[in-house]
Amino acid sequence: MISVNLSATFYLISGILFILALRGLSSPETSRQGNLLGIMGMLIAVIVTFLSVGNFSISLAYVLLSLVLGGSIGAYIAFRIPMTAMPELVAGFHSLVGLAAVFVAIAAFLNPIAFNLGDVGSIKLASLIEMSIGASVGAITFSGSIIAFLKLKGVMSGSPITFKGQHYLNLLFGISIFLLVYFLCKSQSSTLFWIIILISFLIGVLLIIPIGGADMPVVISMLNSYSGWAAAGIGFTLENTALIITGALVGSSGAILSYIMCKSMNRSFFNVILGGFGGEATDDATKKNVEKKPVKSGNAEDAAFLMKNASSVIIVPGYGMAVAQAQHALREMVDKLKKQDIKVSYAIHPVAGRMPGHMNVLLAEANVPYDEVFELEDINNDFANSDVAFVIGANDVTNPIAKTDPNSPIFGMPVLDVEKCKSVLFVKRSLSPGYAGVDNELFYKENTLMLFADAKKKMTEDIVKNLD
Amino acid sequence: MEIDPFIFRLSIFVLSIFVGYYVVWSVTPSLHTPLMSVTNAISSVIIVGAIIAALAGNNNIILDKSSSFGFLAIILAAVNIFGGFLVTQRMLQMYKKKKKDKK
Repeated sequence: MISVNLSATFYLISGILFILALRGLSSPETSRQGNLLGIMGMLIAVIVTFLSVGNFSISLAYVLLSLVLGGSIGAYIAFRIPMTAMPELVAGFHSLVGLAAVFVAIAAFLNPIAFNLGDVGSIKLASLIEMSIGASVGAITFSGSIIAFLKLKGVMSGSPITFKGQHYLNLLFGISIFLLVYFLCKSQSSTLFWIIILISFLIGVLLIIPIGGADMPVVISMLNSYSGWAAAGIGFTLENTALIITGALVGSSGAILSYIMCKSMNRSFFNVILGGFGGEATDDATKKNVEKKPVKSGNAEDAAFLMKNASSVIIVPGYGMAVAQAQHALREMVDKLKKQDIKVSYAIHPVAGRMPGHMNVLLAEANVPYDEVFELEDINNDFANSDVAFVIGANDVTNPIAKTDPNSPIFGMPVLDVEKCKSVLFVKRSLSPGYAGVDNELFYKENTLMLFADAKKKMTEDIVKNLD
Repeated sequence: MEIDPFIFRLSIFVLSIFVGYYVVWSVTPSLHTPLMSVTNAISSVIIVGAIIAALAGNNNIILDKSSSFGFLAIILAAVNIFGGFLVTQRMLQMYKKKKKDKK
C-alpha cells in the first residue's frame, strides 16, 4: 500500500500525460506519440489505484477479470468497426462513460466509507452534492448518447421529434433536479438519489430527440463535453486529481468543438439545442423552383471529359460520400487525374458529415495524403482559380444563397465558394433540398452540371472508367 | 485559518479548463474525430473510482451492492479505454503525407 501523497503525485503525472496526449493532436506527425502518452497515463492511474487500495485478496482477481472482459470487447470493437461508422461509435462510447460515472456515483453513495466520504446516512455534504452532480450529468450523457447513437445508426429517424411544451418540460425537470439535490442533502434518502438519476435519464432523452440529423456534429461534441463534466464531478467526490484534470480537459474540449460546429453553421448553441431545425417547411417552394428553372444534367462521360481538360480540380465531399462509402472510388478517380498532371485538392467544410473531422478520417482511410486536404478558410480563395469543382454528397455547405439572401435560414453560414469555379460537377440523387430545407441555387447555374446518380460510388467508378 | 482542500481541487479544475482550452484550440481540425475518440478514452479514467468501489467489498462478500456497481463500471470503462485508445491509434495510422518517401 502506498501513501496518499505518493498516489496523488502519480495521479498528477497521469493527468499531465493526458494533457500531452491532446497536445500531440496538433499535427498528425506527433499524434501517434501523443496517443501512446495517453495510454501511459491511463496505465499509471490504474496501477496506482491498485497499489493505493492495497487489497490483493480474491477481489483483485475479479477486478482483473472485469478489466479483461471489458478490454477485449473494446479491442474487438476498435478493430472491427468500419471508419464510416465512427460517429455512432463515438456516441456509443460516450454513453458508456456516462453510465460508468452513474455506477461509480451509486457505488460511492452505497458505500461511502470505502471512499472516505463519511458513513451511510451521514455522507459529507460537499461529497453528496458532488456525487449527485456527477451522477446526474452522467445519466444525461448516457441516455442522450444512446439517442444520438440510434439516430446516427438510422434505427431512429434523424428528423427532429418535437411536441408542445417540450422546452417547459425540460425546464421543469431541470429545476426539479436542483430541488431534489437540495432535499437529498437534508434527508440523505436513497430514494431521492435514485429519482435524481431517473429524471436525469429522462432529461437526456428529451434533450436530444428534437435535434435533427445534420446537427449531430454539435450533439456529439456536446455529449463529449458532458462526459467530461461528469468525470470531473466524480473526480471531486473521489478527491482524485487525475479525474479532475481529465474531466476539465474533456469538458472544455467538447465545448470548444460544439462552438466551432455552431459557428460553422452560423447558429447559436441554443438554437441547435432547442432543435426542430430543418424539415419540410419549404418543400412547396422548392418544387415550384424545380419546374421553373432549367437544369443541365450529364453523365459520367461528360464529367470525365470536363475533368480531363481541366488543369485543377477541387473535390468537395459531404455526408453523402460517407453514406455511399465512395471515398475509395473517389481516390481512384483522383489518382487517374493526377497521372494526367491535373492538380487536385480536397475542400472540407467544418460541418460536413456527422461529426467534427468526419470527412478527414474517411479520406485518410482511402489513403488520401492529409496535406492535400484543406479546411474552408485555407482553400476558399482557390475556387476562383480552379477549373472544376467536384461536389460529392455535399449540399448546404456549397449553397451561395447563404451569402446573398438574408431571409434564408442558412444566411450568414460560411460556405465553400464552389460557384466561382469555371464549372461545377454535382453528384446527387435528385434536386431535393439539403438538410436545411433550402433549395440550392447552384443547381441551376449556367456552369453547373448535375450528375444524377442513386449511388455516388457507382457514378465515381463510371467516371474512373471514362478517364482512361 | 487553513484553506479547505476543496479550494485546491477547484483551483486544479479551473486551471485545467484553461489548459484544455488552449490545447484543444491548437488541435488541427483534420484530427477532430481522433480528438473525440481519445478524449473519450481518457475520460474513462473514471475507472479508478470503479476499482476503489469494486475492491471495497469485504473478504467474505466480494459482490455486495456497492462493489457490484463497481465491477459493472470497470467493465464499461474498460470497453472505453481499450476501444477508445485502439480506435484512435487505428485512425491516426491512416493519416499519411504525400508518398514521396514511399517507394
